Order: sequence, then C-alpha cells, then structure tokens
Amino acid sequence: MLHRILNSFTSLRLTVVLLAFGIILVFVGTVAQADEGLYQAQERYFKHWWVWSVTMFGYKIPMPLPGGYLIGTLLLINLTASHIKRFQFTTKKIGIQLTHAGIILLLVGQLTTDLFSRETQLRFAEGEGKFWSESSMDYELAVATDVDSTSEKVVAIPQSVVADGGEIKHPELPFTVRVKEYWRNSEPVFRAPMQQNAPPITTNGVATSFDFRQLPVTHKMEDKNVPTAVLELSSPGGSLGTWVVSGWSADETMLSGARASYSRQMGREMAESMVARLGVKQSVELAGKKYSFALRPLRAYKPFSLTLLKATHSVYPGTDIPKDFRSRVRINHPAKGEDREVEIYMNSPLRYGGLTFYQYQMAAGEMAAQSGETPSSTLQVVRNPSWLTPYAGCIVVAAGMIVQFMIHLVGFVSRRKAA
Amino acid sequence: MSNSSPIEAKSPGSQSRGWRAVVAWSIIILFVVELASALFVKRADKTFAVSEFARLPLVFNGRVQPMDSLARNSLIQIRGITEVPLEGNGAGGAWGSWEELRTKGGELTERKWHQFSKRPKKLKPTEWLLEVMGNPEQADDRYVFVINHPDLRSLLKLEGGVEKSGLHFYRFNDIKDRTDVLRTEVQRVAKLDATQRTPFDRSVVQLDGAFGLYFRLKNTMQPQDSKDFRKELDDYLAAVKSARTTAQERQSRGEKLDREAIDELLAPVQKLASRYEVMARMDTPLIVPLPHAGDKGHEAWHRMGDALLEATGETMPESVKLIAGMASAYQAGDAPKFNQTLVSYKTLLVSEGLTTEVTKGQRESFFNQLLAFKRSMYVYIVAFLLVLLYWAGLNDIWRVTASRLLIIGFVVHTVGLVFRMWLEGRPPVTNLYSSAIFIGWGAVVLGLVLEKFYKDGIGIAVATCVGFLSLIVAHNLAQGGDTMEMMRAVLDTNFWLATHVVVITLGYASTFVAGFLALVYILRGVFTKTLSSATAKGLARMVYAIVCFSTLFSFVGTVLGGIWADQSWGRFWGWDPKENGALIIVLWNALILHLRWGGIIRERGLMTCAIAGNIVTSWSWFGVNMLGIGLHSYGFMDAAFMWLMIFVGSQLLLIAIGSLPLSLWRSFRGTKAPPNSPPPTGGKPAVA
Repeated sequence: MLHRILNSFTSLRLTVVLLAFGIILVFVGTVAQADEGLYQAQERYFKHWWVWSVTMFGYKIPMPLPGGYLIGTLLLINLTASHIKRFQFTTKKIGIQLTHAGIILLLVGQLTTDLFSRETQLRFAEGEGKFWSESSMDYELAVATDVDSTSEKVVAIPQSVVADGGEIKHPELPFTVRVKEYWRNSEPVFRAPMQQNAPPITTNGVATSFDFRQLPVTHKMEDKNVPTAVLELSSPGGSLGTWVVSGWSADETMLSGARASYSRQMGREMAESMVARLGVKQSVELAGKKYSFALRPLRAYKPFSLTLLKATHSVYPGTDIPKDFRSRVRINHPAKGEDREVEIYMNSPLRYGGLTFYQYQMAAGEMAAQSGETPSSTLQVVRNPSWLTPYAGCIVVAAGMIVQFMIHLVGFVSRRKAA
Repeated sequence: MSNSSPIEAKSPGSQSRGWRAVVAWSIIILFVVELASALFVKRADKTFAVSEFARLPLVFNGRVQPMDSLARNSLIQIRGITEVPLEGNGAGGAWGSWEELRTKGGELTERKWHQFSKRPKKLKPTEWLLEVMGNPEQADDRYVFVINHPDLRSLLKLEGGVEKSGLHFYRFNDIKDRTDVLRTEVQRVAKLDATQRTPFDRSVVQLDGAFGLYFRLKNTMQPQDSKDFRKELDDYLAAVKSARTTAQERQSRGEKLDREAIDELLAPVQKLASRYEVMARMDTPLIVPLPHAGDKGHEAWHRMGDALLEATGETMPESVKLIAGMASAYQAGDAPKFNQTLVSYKTLLVSEGLTTEVTKGQRESFFNQLLAFKRSMYVYIVAFLLVLLYWAGLNDIWRVTASRLLIIGFVVHTVGLVFRMWLEGRPPVTNLYSSAIFIGWGAVVLGLVLEKFYKDGIGIAVATCVGFLSLIVAHNLAQGGDTMEMMRAVLDTNFWLATHVVVITLGYASTFVAGFLALVYILRGVFTKTLSSATAKGLARMVYAIVCFSTLFSFVGTVLGGIWADQSWGRFWGWDPKENGALIIVLWNALILHLRWGGIIRERGLMTCAIAGNIVTSWSWFGVNMLGIGLHSYGFMDAAFMWLMIFVGSQLLLIAIGSLPLSLWRSFRGTKAPPNSPPPTGGKPAVA
C-alpha cells in the first residue's frame, strides 16, 4: 500500500496533471488581475493552497482549483521522488537529470524567497542621510524620547497591536496608550477655516487642522491603505489627552504626494502651509521628558547610513520619455570604517550588507524644479537570501536541456547521414 | 534519398527541365533584378532636390531621424498610407487631377486595382512633408485625412472626399471650419477610459491626433501663415536692431524710457515674436541645430519657435537663416535657389560637426526606401505558391525554385533586420513591432534547416507562412507610428535586450513553427491524399524536435527575464501578465513533452497539442497586452484583439478537424493501420 502511494508520487501522469493545472491556474490568475489587481490576484491564486472561485472578465465564477502553493509543493515532491527513484548515472540520461535538478533548485529557491525575502523602501531628498528603510505596507506606533543630543530611544508598537485595540502598556513608557479608534485605511480632510466644520476629533495636534475619515480597505495595485488611529494617553496621574496619529502625517512619501496635489489645487504657498500642519510633530511631556509619537511606516534599521548626494532624472530631448534615473549615494558604515560614494541606476542595483538597493522612484529633474521640491529619490531595499538560486537554476536547466537535445540532434543527423 | 515522398517519386525529376527551368529561373531573376534596382538605381529629382531634403537630419520623438522618416510616420498617422495620389477617377469614367475632377462634380475614387494602364501622379512622403512645412496653403488642398467612421463624417458634414476601397480621404480645407464640433467630441472622449471608448470615439481621437500632428508639421519650418519667411526673418532682425539702437540713442541723450516707451519701441518686434511664441508652444519637431551643436550631441537641437525667440539681433544662427531660405524658395517655386540653399545647409551641418547626424539621416532614409520587409513578404508569397504547386504533384523544380526564393527572401529579411539593428545600435527586438519581424526571421531560419534535412517542401511552406504572417503583423503594428522609438530608462540595456528578449522571441518563433508544421500535417492529411506515412512520421519527428527547441528557448528566455527583473526591481518573479504568458508557454511545451514521453499522446495528439501551442503563444505575445495591466502592457488594441480572436478561432477549428476520426481523413481512408507510432524510444520513462 505504502509502496503504491509512494509510486504514485513518482508517476508521470501526476506530472502531466500538475502541469495542466499549472497552466490553468496561471491563465486564470493572469486574467483575474484585470479585475482584482496584481497584488490581490497574486495572493489569492499563486500564494494560496486552494482557490475556490475565479474572476474572469468581470464575472465571479465558482471554480475550485489547486492554488500555486499546492501545485508547487506537489510538483516538487513529484520531481524529487522520481529523481531519486529513476536516478541513473548514464550519459543518455544526464541531461534530463540535470534539467530536473535545476527545476527543483528553482522551486526551492522561489519557496525560500517567498518565506524569507523582505521588501522595504528608502526615500531621501538630496543631502539627506538615513540609516533605515521603511515598509510600504506596514506601520508602527513609535514613541521616541531623547537620550542625549545625538540619540533617542524608540519604543515601536507594531500596527497589529494597535489594530487589536484596548490598552497598550510598555515597561519603557511611563504612560498607557488606549486605542479609541483604529482605521486600516483613511484619508485626511483639511478643516478649511471659514467653513462649517464639525467639531474636531480632538483639540490636540494635527486634529485641529485636519479631520480623518475612514475608508474601505483597498486591494488596488496603485492605492495603498493608510491607517489612522485615535489614542488616549494616560499616566497614573490622569489623562494626558487624546491624539490622532495617522500614516498621512509621518510619511514623507505621503506628505510629498499631498503637497503636489494641494499645490495643483490652491497654489504652492497654501500647499506648503497645509503640509506643514499635516506633518506636525506631536508629543507629550511627562516628568520633564518629552515623548514624541507617530504612526509611521514600519522601519528596518541598518548598521550603516546612505546619504543621497544627487538625484538625476533625464528625458530624451523634446519628449518626456524617461531616459535615465540615477542616484549618487554615500555609504557610511562606521563600524567597518567605510565611507564611499556609489551610483545606483536602472538595471544596476547596489548590493551591500546583505541587501540590494534598486532605483525605484524619483522626483527630480524639471518636474521637481517646477513644483519647488528638493530632488528626492526612492530606493527599493530587498533582503533576499536566495537571490542567487534562479541564476544557478537557470544555468543547470539550460545545460541539461542543451546536453539532452544535442544527444538527440547528433543521433538524428548521424542517422540521416548514414541513411 | 530515403525520405523522398511519393510526390517526388511521381514527378519526372530533372530530366524534363526545358520550359520549366526557363520559367523557374525567370521568376528568380525577376526578383533579383527588382531587388538590385531598389539597391542601386537612384532617381534624380527634376526640380526640387526632394530626395536630398529627405535625408536631412532632425530630432523628433527623442531621436535623430531624417525628414523622410518624419514624413512617413506622419503620413501613416494622418493618412494610414505613405503616398498621396494627385489623380484618379471622377464622374463618368473621367481621369485626371483632383482639382479638375472636382469642378465637374461626382464621386472621386483613386485608381482601382484593375486599371493597369493608369499611373496616377503621387506625392512621395517627403514631397508631401516639404509641402506641409514650406507651402501649407497648397498642402491644405491635399486629400490626406482619413475619416472612415460614417458618424464622424456626417458630424463634420463632410462630402466630396476621395474614396479608395472603403477608405475616405478629405482635405484640411474640407474640415477646417468644423473643428469646434470636433473639439466638443474630443473633450467628451478625453474623460473616458480607453476601454470604454466606442469605435466612433476612437475615430474622434484618431482625427484629433492627426490634426494636432498636421498643425505641428505646418509650424516646424516657419509660422504657418508666413508668405516669405526669409524676408520676414530679415524684417524681424532689422526691427530688433532698430528698436535697440533707438533705445540706446534715446538713453544716451539722457532720456528715461518708461514701460510705455519700451513697449512702443518693441511693438514691431513683438508683432512678429508673438507668432514665434505660438510656434514655440507647439510640440514641433526639433529642426534647428544651434551653433557648435556637434559638441553637445543631439541635445543641442531646438524647435524653430524656440530658436527664433532665443536668438535676437545679430546672433541669429546661420542654420535658422538657411532653413528660412529653403522655405521661402520652396514657396516661391524657385527650385535652383532651394537646391542651392539646401547644399549650403548641408555644408553648414558638416562644418558644425554634425557628421554623425548627417550620416544617420542618409542611412535611415536609404533604409526606409529599401522597404526590405515588404519586399521579402512578396518573395515569401511566391515561394509558398510554388511549394503548393510541388505538393499538387508537379515537378520537383518548383520546390527547388521555392527554396531558392526563400533564401532570397531570407537574405532581404536579414538585411532589413541587421540594418535596423545598426541604425538603432540595439539588439533585434526592442518593441512589439520588431518582435514580429524577428519571429518571422527565426521561423524562416528553422524552416530552412528543416528543408535542408527533409527536402520535401514542408520547411519552406512553414517558413514562408510564418514569415509572411508575422511580417503582416509587423506591418500593421507599424501603423502606430515610429517603430524606432527610444527605450524607456528601465529597458535601456542592450545586454538584457540581447539575451532575454532575443531568446524568448526565438521561443515564440519556434512554438509557431511547431504549430504550423502540425497544420501541414492536419490539412494535408484530412483534405488531400498526399500525407504518406513516411511524411507523417517525418512531420512528427520535426514537431517533436521543434517542441524540444522551444522548451529550451522559452524556458531560458523566461528565467533570463526573471533575472533581469531581479536586477532592476529586486524581484525575480512578480506574476506580471507578460511573465505569466511566457510561463504558460514553458509549461505548455513541457506538458507536450511529458505527454509524449508517457505515451499519453501519439502522433496525432502531438499535432493537435502543437496547434494549441499557436494559441498559447499568440495569447502570450498579444493577448496579455490587451489586459491593459502590468509593466509590459502596450495599451488596449481592439483591431488587434479581433484578429487575435479570429486566429484563435481558426486554430480551434483546425484542432477540431484534426480530431476527426481517421476514416474521414483522405490520406488514411482505406489504410488499415492508423499512423500511431510508439513514443520516440518506446520504453516507459522513456526520455531520450
């Protein structure tokens, strides 16, 4: 019995069935992207064990299908099992063995990438240096207090804890945080003076100039969920006040987007003042110490800093077709005594300290000059320990196939010559 | 020859050459002479040196190109066809120029295909461009705006255009008074998403685009209402000078000039300058090289409007004066003066160090006139017909001639491909258009190799079919305008274009070749008696080999694409539609191979699977672009979508035909044993 089950895992029919399901899954997962967006489709079809319904051309159709994880895992088992069972070291089979070994390597590599790779972003303006990158999806509630003039101590509370609501206590914090409200997605609305505004959520900080409204959670590729929370801080001595913290206030990418949008509507000067109020720093004082807090994109700190020296964005003459994006960056790693300059541009990332930095977005060139912004650059920062596996896998598979087909071809040609 | 098909055995072979050889060689010589004439025969200009003008460089669409390319690409966008006939049929069978025919009333139609004796006078692309830029009044009277949607024609109250097989052409003068109606529609359509637009909306957008381009061209060399631009330029310079000297004089006399006085002094200058400002605001081609431009590369080209505004008084660049001189001479009909100014302008370009640009212009205009891909298309058609003759049981000489023609066509195709690469300084595939050219080329290479081994015409048939069809696709893709556009930053890497893109495109080409081989199997098997079991076996072996080949290429190409993505975005695989399309091809080919190895499909199953490969590949090549999402998308193309559906439908039909019981196949009717060969090597986990 066991033998039969094991045998069925090595069967060629299983391979065929899995390949066929793979084709169907990739097809429906691609077509669904038009309706569900790339991210959602990727999660639902490829990064799942089972798919219950598919969206095709605007219609939701119930259709159970094995998901990407299931097909991938079974294919991996099937491949490995047959590889072990049928392994023969003969010249005739060497190509096939290599090909399948390479595919196993690719599948394993993708799996580890899925499990271990982390993507964050680093946005900096010219002249600015940073020793952290930020998540583009996750947030944290960070409470910072100065230790001395050069360093600060930060208590970072993950978004998920804030989302759970209730009271948050931390040994390093002399106050408790009570989450009165938490919205996964939200938008700011300017409390324009001279208008019939409802009373503000609270009379502290950003809430005096902006209202925040809850929005439905979005799955679209080009939109992102920006959370807002209403917090009440209280020390044993009583309430310290209610505050609104929002992802809109503590994220330079969002602030710069808001600046561009406001300045189109009401001019640059007004936009500057509005953005200054949206990005206002909020803090409380307790026992002579100042605690500032913000709901900011989740940070990943590095043991080194990157400083943007120059951001270049050029276009082809007489057009707005982008020709080149590049950032000249200074790496400063005090522990290693490294201090050097490097250029990061399209198709030429920086690999440093186990991370890879890619040129991602840029606000520079004429556009930035017109809106009066300091040129800035955003790098995509990726930690992917298995980034080399596709390279190796590709070489192994290609070599295997070439060997196999050459054996074929030589045999074929010599047979025809002989005939 | 062991593989000789029964047809070959039937044919009398090489003994009875005679008249056949004469015909065969005549066909070949005809094509060679035609090609040679395209290469070496130069036609001299009778009056204006238009062919010299065609080679002049300028910068448009972000790249240096000759007037000729600007003319062709603009005509394609405005008229859809790169020639402007000046004569045709009028009422009651009259033939003559449009002006004459128009006075007599009646419908105007271009030359019909059966009017072999008529050779209408035509404007070549650059002749038309020169007219638009130098003598817009005349150009406004040419039938260049194609407006096919009946609702748009009735909206604009158009009548009296020129018709050509369902296409309707109108003059600028026919439309100019109704632009406000068009504007209202354009504003409405602009608010719609591309996918929501009706065919009417799209024709509105098309016409608006054509109009915009036409205006820009009119204002490229001179303000469109200028009568004698060279003289106007002198007046302008004189006005600037006199305003300046007067101002200096009055200031030296101790006079204080207030705002009003300055305005008054500058009034004559401002009158002309305001027209140049209008010009400068238009997105016209960059036609003026500024002095010492050679040091700055093609960054130093300017629009005429900008050049006029930037240069004041004595600093007006020589190039502006010479271009103005050409415009004036052309408008005045003074050919000798035009030609002379043109020569001085060319000398100036060289002396300014713009030799690279000048040569680029010459080369590209030569390439345009070569029409290499169009010419190889004709050769492929004739070669295909000859193979059909051979299959119909005629002499082997037709197959040999077909293979010679195929080689000629292939050489021309290759010359075009390599010339393009040389012009662009890029690997062969840079956009959808060039991928079509390259797929055809790859298929022809594979077909030639197959023919070398099998010598049964199948390789030729498949090569010519895929070659011809993909060149047709390319021809239609070229309707979008410039096919040598600059590469966006992320694509600007010759290394990955040369590896990933080339390999994956070869994967597409070979999958199509396998599919078309299978079509030969099914069409010949079902509808003719020519599919002998030897031919069938040979085809099965070819399809199998090609599927192996395309598995290798599509796999390596796909993974290389992943590695490129890893290099530029930091993710190896992003489930982007184009990536998924490529993955499906890989999976499909792998599936075919495993099905065959497992003995689950045999000869016929292999064929139907290979035809399904055509569907898979065409979807990956075009279908995913139509989803309108993802990093690779080229926008929504509805005409292309219809053709894709037709192609997919035809392939499904052929799969159905291929699945008919063998008793209905003409080739196997009566034979007892159906052509079911065992899997390649017999054994179960057979792989080798």
